[in-house]
Amino acid sequence: MLLEIKNLHANIEGKEILKGIDLKVNAGEVHAIMGPNGSGKSTLAQVLAGREEYEVTKGEVLYNGKNLLDLSPEDRAREGVFLAFQYPIEIPGVSNTNLLKTALNEIRKYNGQEELDTMEFLTQIKAKMKLVELDQSLLSRAVNEGFSGGEKKRNEIFQMAVLEPKLGILDETDSGLDIDALRIVANGVNKLKSKDKATIVVTHYQRLLNYIVPDFVHVLYKGKIVKSGGKELALELEEKGYDWIKEDSNAVVEN
Amino acid sequence: MSQFAEIKKWYLNEFKLFENSLNGESTAPIHKIRKDAISNFSNLDFPNTRDEEWKYTNISPLLKYNFKPSLEKQDVKQEQVNKYLFDELEHSLLVFVNGHFDAGLSRIKHLPKGVSAGSIADAIKEKSPVVEKHFGKYADYKNQIFTALSTAYTKDGAFIYVPDGKVVEEAIHILFLTTESDENILTQPRNLFVAGKNSQVKIIEHYASLGENIYFTNSVTEIFVDENSIIDHVKLQEENKKSFHVARMEIDQEKNSNFSSHAISLGGDIARNDFNSRFNDEGGECMMNGLFLTDGTQLFDTHSLIDHAKPHCNSHEHYKGILDDKSRGVFNGKVIVRQDAQKTNAFQENNNIILSDDALINTKPQLEIFADDVKCSHGATIGQLDEEAMFYLKSRGIGEETSKSILIHAFASDVIKSIKIKAIKDYVEKILSNRFDG
Repeated sequence: MLLEIKNLHANIEGKEILKGIDLKVNAGEVHAIMGPNGSGKSTLAQVLAGREEYEVTKGEVLYNGKNLLDLSPEDRAREGVFLAFQYPIEIPGVSNTNLLKTALNEIRKYNGQEELDTMEFLTQIKAKMKLVELDQSLLSRAVNEGFSGGEKKRNEIFQMAVLEPKLGILDETDSGLDIDALRIVANGVNKLKSKDKATIVVTHYQRLLNYIVPDFVHVLYKGKIVKSGGKELALELEEKGYDWIKEDSNAVVEN
Repeated sequence: MSQFAEIKKWYLNEFKLFENSLNGESTAPIHKIRKDAISNFSNLDFPNTRDEEWKYTNISPLLKYNFKPSLEKQDVKQEQVNKYLFDELEHSLLVFVNGHFDAGLSRIKHLPKGVSAGSIADAIKEKSPVVEKHFGKYADYKNQIFTALSTAYTKDGAFIYVPDGKVVEEAIHILFLTTESDENILTQPRNLFVAGKNSQVKIIEHYASLGENIYFTNSVTEIFVDENSIIDHVKLQEENKKSFHVARMEIDQEKNSNFSSHAISLGGDIARNDFNSRFNDEGGECMMNGLFLTDGTQLFDTHSLIDHAKPHCNSHEHYKGILDDKSRGVFNGKVIVRQDAQKTNAFQENNNIILSDDALINTKPQLEIFADDVKCSHGATIGQLDEEAMFYLKSRGIGEETSKSILIHAFASDVIKSIKIKAIKDYVEKILSNRFDG
């Protein structure tokens, strides 16, 4: 098993957001995590990536046999966890190339591989740029600075393609994308799929799942996974909305 | 106060020794200026924190020492100099040791005909009309006690003169080295740079220490930028962290002249810069940028004044500070736009990053505008490294120290990019890497 989350509880500023998450992800699988706004989807993604603002109060996360929560954010990344940010950060003065080359070499060093020189690095990334149809001029520009919404999201997937994580977590990568950008992003993700890698797609909408077909769909509500199923669950949610889930789970809570 | 009076007496007594050391030179017209300056010095008081201009910079640590004015140069080996050279700047090098020109270590080649670059002591001896015309005209030794002290002890320093129409392609690197010494010495380089009409020159004032001892550099630089000429100036101050550094740079700009200054500062226990530029005619451009790094208990202070006395001039001032540990920074940037100075364009900004809980910066942008058709802006920011950006970098597998270093390089990048000399850009990037790369 690649990832096993057991009874995960997490707070931010004293407020409990995750209230006991259980989830198992095997290599080769795509899991979608859906749910209404404020259900804790993004929190789960951020906690997995190691965001310090969130305090894990209970539970554990096993990743590749290791206790993920013991690792620093950078070590998680070096072990193969990648978070595509919902809101990618703009970093003026740092070029995309510089960020990627530094990141890739730190990951390689951690895993006992030789660092790449500039030529090797550029050869490697050129192919990856095509994958997300990213213009080469974006490479020398500052990270996400002045990028359109679609460019930012594609840049996240591009970074994922270069860093080749074992576990990719896409946090609402689809939100705000037009259909063309959505197709490009999904296409990129699909091409990166392999039997020893897994993807967790966090989304509010079913739309993305037409392009990235999940093996499992989980519904997160009030900090818990209240329903899990196959890809047809996503369609059901699209049709009926989240209200029936809310009613069902509220009934459970009240009983 | 009695302590300050004692120290003044010390410098007044030392002046007699200094005068004796001048031998025949004390008959030169410059000596009249020295005498005026020492008499002004004796009438002025050392500033304290009740003076508005010194409110955040307490110089009493500097006044605890009886600094011994350096009267002669010491021997320095070529290897000790090489460390401070920039790869591509080989031909135009002036080396000063404890304030005195060292012809053996200096080399000046390929200068266009008529261009002077060397020791101001020599120029004074030779009764250079350029020195006699400009010396002491711009740096105020009537009201500024440190300038009065420096002027009184005028002996040596760099003198650069570029006649009308001449262009000096290669930057002139002036290296001021202070040697290891048993005494706490005082060096007072006195520099004069004059660019004639339609001329162009790049000048690097570079201050460094060969030892770890306590000493005091009190430098004065006067710059005259004649009509339609260009001077690009860099000041690189990387003296040891026990030394004291007080510097005044006065720039006089004529019609359509273009002056740029980049001050890179990382040395000194207390370092204080006073940089003032005046537009005497229309069409001038002035850029004053700076980057300072402080740590430990260092104090770095820049006071600048850009005086828009005439219309149609542009000024651009951007200072960035990176402060760590218990260090302190002071930025006071004053821009005056006088009533006549219509169509002035003045930009000023000071951004600071505080890396520790105990570092502190006092920043004060000051705009005084008396004209009505002008474009002026100013701003100041103080903050920590952006946590969101830190997390973003770490989430890509980049370690804490490297992430920090990347963000610091990024913060400094626009000031570094605006430096006009590539070798200096690389040198400053290297300084940042040495300091912050894990």
